[in-house]
Amino acid sequence: MKKSLNIVLVLTLITAFSGAFLAYWDRHTGPFIAENKRIELEKAIASVLPTHDAYTTRLIDRRTYYIATNKGEPVGTCFRVLGPGFQGNIAIMVGVKPDLTEITGIKTLEQIETPGLGTKIITDPANKEDPRWFPKQFVGLVIDKAITVLKNKKAVGPHQITAITGATITSKAVAKIISKGVSKYRQEWEEHVLGKED
Amino acid sequence: MAKKANPIGYEFNKGVWGENPVLAALLGLCPVLAVTNTAENGLAMGLATSFVLISSSFMVSILRKVIPKQVRIAGYIVIIATFVTMADRFLAAYFFEISKSLGPYIPLIVVNCLILGRQEAFASKNSIFRSLVDAIGMAVGFTWVLVILGGIREIFGSGSLFNIALFGDWFEPWMVMILPPGAFFTLGLMIAAYKLTNMKGA
Repeated sequence: MKKSLNIVLVLTLITAFSGAFLAYWDRHTGPFIAENKRIELEKAIASVLPTHDAYTTRLIDRRTYYIATNKGEPVGTCFRVLGPGFQGNIAIMVGVKPDLTEITGIKTLEQIETPGLGTKIITDPANKEDPRWFPKQFVGLVIDKAITVLKNKKAVGPHQITAITGATITSKAVAKIISKGVSKYRQEWEEHVLGKED
Repeated sequence: MAKKANPIGYEFNKGVWGENPVLAALLGLCPVLAVTNTAENGLAMGLATSFVLISSSFMVSILRKVIPKQVRIAGYIVIIATFVTMADRFLAAYFFEISKSLGPYIPLIVVNCLILGRQEAFASKNSIFRSLVDAIGMAVGFTWVLVILGGIREIFGSGSLFNIALFGDWFEPWMVMILPPGAFFTLGLMIAAYKLTNMKGA
């Protein structure tokens, strides 16, 4: 009985101490971590909606939308979309124009695609003149239909992009994630935001 | 202790070379293989693991007579997890980019068998000073292997070392080196070279 009491006591003390210490540690590092995340989010918003100077957030159906403005005028909305890529989930920030017509830009936030092939969705070091040719293709795409991916052909239409050679699956995944996310966004936006104004 | 204690220099050197945690004991291979695609990642992982290993050995050695035998593993794990959480939060707060590129592998240090192994095999049976020397030796041994492994993979796979480009435009990176197979190839060759050196010395 005495022995088991000792066991309980020692383990309780160890866990209590480590819990208390971690709580103290968290108070120190917490604000820095929150600040890092905020900077990262603002960078992502700035890269998909470069003309904005301020933004507000709006929560619709548990999804967060960042409504960006420039001198009070709306310049667009952006949001995070997530979906399966080649090896794991890809998270992308997508910006669209306020009138829901075109994509203004995309930025990959998280991915674990094949280094050197799938990672070209962020930058392509082999393309010296324009390493960001892949994400740039999405700028100006019209969002009324799903995006189609062309292999080894130059994309011309307003719903087309060219796939990365050697990373067709990743290219198609990115297009699919964005198409799905954008159409859901349109639907929710028309229902919750534009619908109310009528 | 019935057995005669080893000289203190031996306790340090065994981690660095003789009983190197990666090359001889083949412990903690998950982070060794997974994060060493650049020298910088290898170094960061090595330092984070070193911090956890040294601090945990220190704590476990202090508490070695207090923790009842029946729950020692649970006690060690709580101590290790505390230091891992500290390291994880520290990197996220002050080295955000490194923390992002190492991803889940920092929290996974908890289950690195190198750390629990040293607590069970050494820190729980030896004085604080000897445990610290042992942990520092093992930490140095783990870190240098990770940096060399990451360095070799980065040189061939990305044509750079610590993010500084080494070659001109003519260099075509060996894609395989930054993919998982490259980690296995390089580690295999390093272990072979290690064994060869030890055979010559014998």
